Amino acid sequence: MAELKILGIGVLSWMVFLPVLGMIIVLALPKSQTKAIKYIATGFMVLLMLISVYMLANFDSSKAGVNSLEGLQFVEKVTWIDVDFPAAMIGKIHIEYFLGADGLSFPMVLLTALIGFVGAVASFSVKKNEKGYYAMYLFLITGMMGTFVALDFFLFFVFWEIMLFPMYFLIGIWGGERRLYAAIKFFLYTLFGSVFMLIVMIALFFSSKDPQTGLHTFNLITLMNPQTFPPESFFGVLGNTWRLLAFAGLFIGFAIKVPVFPFHTWLPDAHVEAPTAISVILAGVLLKLGTYGLIRISFPIFPDAARYFMYPMAILAAINIIYGALCAMAQKDFKKLIAYSSISHMGYVLLGMASLTTIGMNGAIFQMFNHGTITAVMFLMVGVIYDRAHTRGLYDFGGLANKMPKYFAVTMIAFFASIGLPGLSAFISESFIFLGGFNNEMIRIVTIVSATGIILNAAYILWTVQRVFLGELPSKWDGLNDISGRELLSSVPLIVIIIVLGIYPSLFINLMSNSVTQLISFIMK
Amino acid sequence: MNNFTEIIKSINSFLPEISVIITLLLCLIADLIIRKKSPVVTIIAIAGLLVSAYFVYMQSAIQESLFSGMLVIDPFAVFFKYLFILSSIIILIFFEFSNEIKESTHKNEYSYLILSLVLGSFLMASSVNLLMMYLSLELASLTSYILAGYTKSEKKSSESSMKYLIYGAASSGIMLYGMSLLYGFTGSLDIYEISRYLSNNPTPNAFIYITMIMIAAGFGYKTSSVPFHFWTPDVYEGSPTPVTAFLAVTSSAAGFSIITRFFLTTFLGSTQIVDGAFSIIAGIHWQDIIIVISVASMIVGNFVAIWQKSLKRLLGYSSIAQGGYMLAGLVVADKIGLTAMLIYLSAYLFMNLGAFFVTILIVNKLGTDDIEKMKGLGYRMPFIGVAMSVFMLALSGIPATVGFIGKFYLVTALMKPGAGFLWFAIVLMLNSVVSLFFYLKVVKNMFLERAENTDELPGIKFSFQSYIVLILLLIPTIFFGLYFGPIVKLAESSAVFFGIK
Repeated sequence: MAELKILGIGVLSWMVFLPVLGMIIVLALPKSQTKAIKYIATGFMVLLMLISVYMLANFDSSKAGVNSLEGLQFVEKVTWIDVDFPAAMIGKIHIEYFLGADGLSFPMVLLTALIGFVGAVASFSVKKNEKGYYAMYLFLITGMMGTFVALDFFLFFVFWEIMLFPMYFLIGIWGGERRLYAAIKFFLYTLFGSVFMLIVMIALFFSSKDPQTGLHTFNLITLMNPQTFPPESFFGVLGNTWRLLAFAGLFIGFAIKVPVFPFHTWLPDAHVEAPTAISVILAGVLLKLGTYGLIRISFPIFPDAARYFMYPMAILAAINIIYGALCAMAQKDFKKLIAYSSISHMGYVLLGMASLTTIGMNGAIFQMFNHGTITAVMFLMVGVIYDRAHTRGLYDFGGLANKMPKYFAVTMIAFFASIGLPGLSAFISESFIFLGGFNNEMIRIVTIVSATGIILNAAYILWTVQRVFLGELPSKWDGLNDISGRELLSSVPLIVIIIVLGIYPSLFINLMSNSVTQLISFIMK
Repeated sequence: MNNFTEIIKSINSFLPEISVIITLLLCLIADLIIRKKSPVVTIIAIAGLLVSAYFVYMQSAIQESLFSGMLVIDPFAVFFKYLFILSSIIILIFFEFSNEIKESTHKNEYSYLILSLVLGSFLMASSVNLLMMYLSLELASLTSYILAGYTKSEKKSSESSMKYLIYGAASSGIMLYGMSLLYGFTGSLDIYEISRYLSNNPTPNAFIYITMIMIAAGFGYKTSSVPFHFWTPDVYEGSPTPVTAFLAVTSSAAGFSIITRFFLTTFLGSTQIVDGAFSIIAGIHWQDIIIVISVASMIVGNFVAIWQKSLKRLLGYSSIAQGGYMLAGLVVADKIGLTAMLIYLSAYLFMNLGAFFVTILIVNKLGTDDIEKMKGLGYRMPFIGVAMSVFMLALSGIPATVGFIGKFYLVTALMKPGAGFLWFAIVLMLNSVVSLFFYLKVVKNMFLERAENTDELPGIKFSFQSYIVLILLLIPTIFFGLYFGPIVKLAESSAVFFGIK
C-alpha cells in the first residue's frame, strides 16, 4: 500500500477535489471576468496534469493491484460512514472513502487529466455564461476522476451519478439546436442503467461477509475475493443464476455508458448537440467509464459470469463494430460520423475485453486510451471547421487540403490513427485486440467477422477525406482561415502522444501489463 | 382516586402538548393587542414551539403510557414530534416571506392554526387508542380545512378548501366505520388489546380486510396516497404556498406516524421483535394493502406529475409519489424498513420545504407558479435557481444529496435477504428515473430554456433574510447527503414503539 502525499493530503484526493476547489474559485469570481475564469479553470487543469506527471514518476508498474490490497498505489482509506444496526438486521453499514490506483485505473487517470486540459483549452471558444460553464466543467472532471479511482462501490456509485448533472447542464445550456432533447436523453438513459447498478450494489453488500471482520462490505477489493461470499448467500455459489443476473444488471449499467448496441442511441444525439469541448470529454473520457466499470467491477467480482457471457459480449462487440461503422458511413454530418465511429471503436474495446486473454485485455485498455486521444483530436477538428463555417455537412466542403494545410495535416494524422495505420497508436491496440480474439477459440469466428470493421472503418474515413479535403473548393469557403495557435495547442499534445505511442507502445503497455496479467489470471482461474 | 393520580402523573408527561396549547392561547391574546403586520405573534409561536421541543427532549429516553392508555410516549413519537416542531418552525418563518400571506389581513391567525395542527399531529403520533386516533386525526384535519381556505377572497382557495372538506369528511367517515367494526369484533379500542384478541382468536379474513381497507382510507387520505389522493393537487394548487408546504410536510408526516403505528402495533402476534422483524399475526396480510397503495402512489404520482404545468401541482403529485416511497418502508415490517422510512421523512422535510420555499419566492416575484413562465429565470436569480436545482435533484434521489440516502436505505430495506421485495426495489428505482423527468422539467425551464428577452430582463433581487433561510435548508440537504451517519443513527434509535421489544 504505497502512499503519496502532497501537503499531507493524498495525491488522489488532490486529483479528485482540485477541480472542486477550482469550481469554488470560479464561482466566487464576478461574471464579467471571463478571461480570469478561463485562465483559472485551465490553470487548474494544468495543475492536474502536473500532479498526474508526478504520480507517473512515482508509479510502480511492477505492482499489479487489481484484487490485492498490497499492489494498490496512492491508497487513501478513511472511514466515511459507520452506522451500527443489530447484527441480525443488516449489521454494520460501513462505507469507506477508499481511493487507489493500479494498472487498470492509472492510465485512465492520465487520460482524464490530459483530455481535461485539452477540453479546457478547447472551451475558450465558449461565448455564453462562461462562469457557469467552467464551474460545471470542473465539477464534471471531479466526477470522472473520482469514478476512476474509487475502490468502494458506494463511493464509485456516488461519483458515477454526480457526473450526470454537470453533463446535463453542459449539453443542455451550451449545446446546439436539439440540446434539450439530447440532454434529458443522456440523463435518463444513464440513470436507467444505474438503477440496476444500485440494485446489484446492494445485493453485493448483503451477500458479502468480509472474511476478516465478518461484516457486509462495499469494498471492491474485498468483494473480488470469492471467500467473501458465504455459500448460503445470493452470490455464494459460483455460476449460479443470481451471479449471472447480477453480471447482466451491471453490464446494462455500464453498457449504456460505453455505449453498447442497443443502448447506444443517446450517444449520437449527445455528441451532435454538445459543444466541441464537451464532445471531446464525452468521447475522450466519459465512454471509458463504462468499459472501465466492466474491468474494475463486473469482471473481477463475477469472473464466472464473465466467462459465461464471453460469447454474447463478443457478439455485441461485433455488432457495435460493424453497425457503428455502417452508420458512420451513412452520415452527412461530420460530428455524427465521428459519434458513430466512436461506437464502432468502443466495440473493439469490448471485443478485447470479451476475449479474456492478456493480450486482448491489454489491447482493450490501450484502445480505451487511444480512442480517447484520437477521437478528441477528431472532435476538436470538427469544432475548428464548425467555428469557421458554421456547418458540419460533409457535402458542404471540398478541397480544404490546400486552403487549410495545417488543419489538413492534424486531421489526417487523427484519421489515419483512427483507421489503425501502423506507426500510430491505434494500430497497436487494435492488433492486440484482434490477436486476443483469435487466441480465444470460442470467439474466433466473431473476431474474424469483426475484423471486417477495419475495412468499413477505412472506407468511411477515406470517403470523408475525399469529401472534405480533396476535390474543388467551393467558392464560398475562400475566406476560411487555417487553424489558430490555441487550437493547435489543444490538439498537438494529443498528436504527439498518438505518434509516440505508435512507435514505442511499451511506454504505455508497461504501465498496465502486470495488472492485466493479474486480472486475467484471476478471471480464468 | 387511582384515576386522579394517573391523570396527575400523565400531565407531567404531557408538557410538550400543554406548552403548545399555552402558546396557542398566548398567540390568540397577542393577536388582539398587537398590530397585524408585526411579526411578534410568529415569534411567540416559534418560542412556544422551542419550549415544547425542550419538553420533548426531556422525554427522549422515556417509554410510558398516559391517560389510561390513550397516548404513549416512545422514541417513535418523540422523533415525529421533533419533525413536526422543526417543520412548523420553518413554515412559520415562511409565512413572514410569503406575499400571499402578508397581504391578507389575518396573517397572525395562521400562527395559531398552525399550532393547533401541530397539537393534533402530536396526538396523532402518540395515540394508541382508536378513539384517540380518530379525534387527533380530526383535530388535525379540521385545522387544515381552515388553513386551506383561509384566503377567502381567492376563489381557488375556497374551492380547494371545500374539496378538501368533502373528501376529508367522507374518508374519515369510512375510517370511523372501519374502526367501529374492529371495535365490535374485538371489544376494545386499545390497539394493544385488539392485537391480543386478534392473535388469540381466529378472525374471518374478509372481515379483517374490509376493516383494514376502511381504516387505511382514513390514514391514506392524510398521507395523500393513491387512491385517496384526489384532493391533493387541487388543494395544493389552491392554498397559499406556505400552507401547501405545511400540508405536504407536517400534515402528511403526521399521517405516516399514525398509519405506521396502527399497522405495526395492531396486527402483531407477539410484542417481541425477533431479528428486527415484527411478527405479524399469521393470516393477516396487511402488507398487501400497503403494497398496493404504495406502488399505486408512486406510479400515479410520478406519471401524472409529468404533465403538470403548475409548480405547486407538480409538487403535489410529487409528494404523492414520495409518500409511496415512504410506505415502502412500512411494507418491509421490520426495524430497518421503519428506520429507512424515518430517514426518508427527515430527508423529505429538508428537500421538500426547500422546494416550497423557492416556490414562495418565485410566486412572490412572478405572481404565478406556471412552470412555462419560468423560462430563463435561473439567469435572473442564479442562486435561487441553483438552490432549486439542488432540491429537485434531491427529490429525484441523485447522490450527494439527502434524497439519495433516503432512497438508498429504502432499497436496502426492501432488498434485505429474506424480505423478498427485490421486485419492489426495482419498481421504486425505476419510478425515481421517471420522476427525474419532471423534476428536471423545472430545472430545464429555469436554465436550459430562455425566454425571448431573457438577456434584457433585469436580475431579480431577494432580501438578505430569504438567502439565509434558503442556505439553512440547502446545507442539510447536501451535508446529510455526504455525511449521513447522524441522521441514520437518529432514525435507527427512533424506530422503537412503546410496548414492543
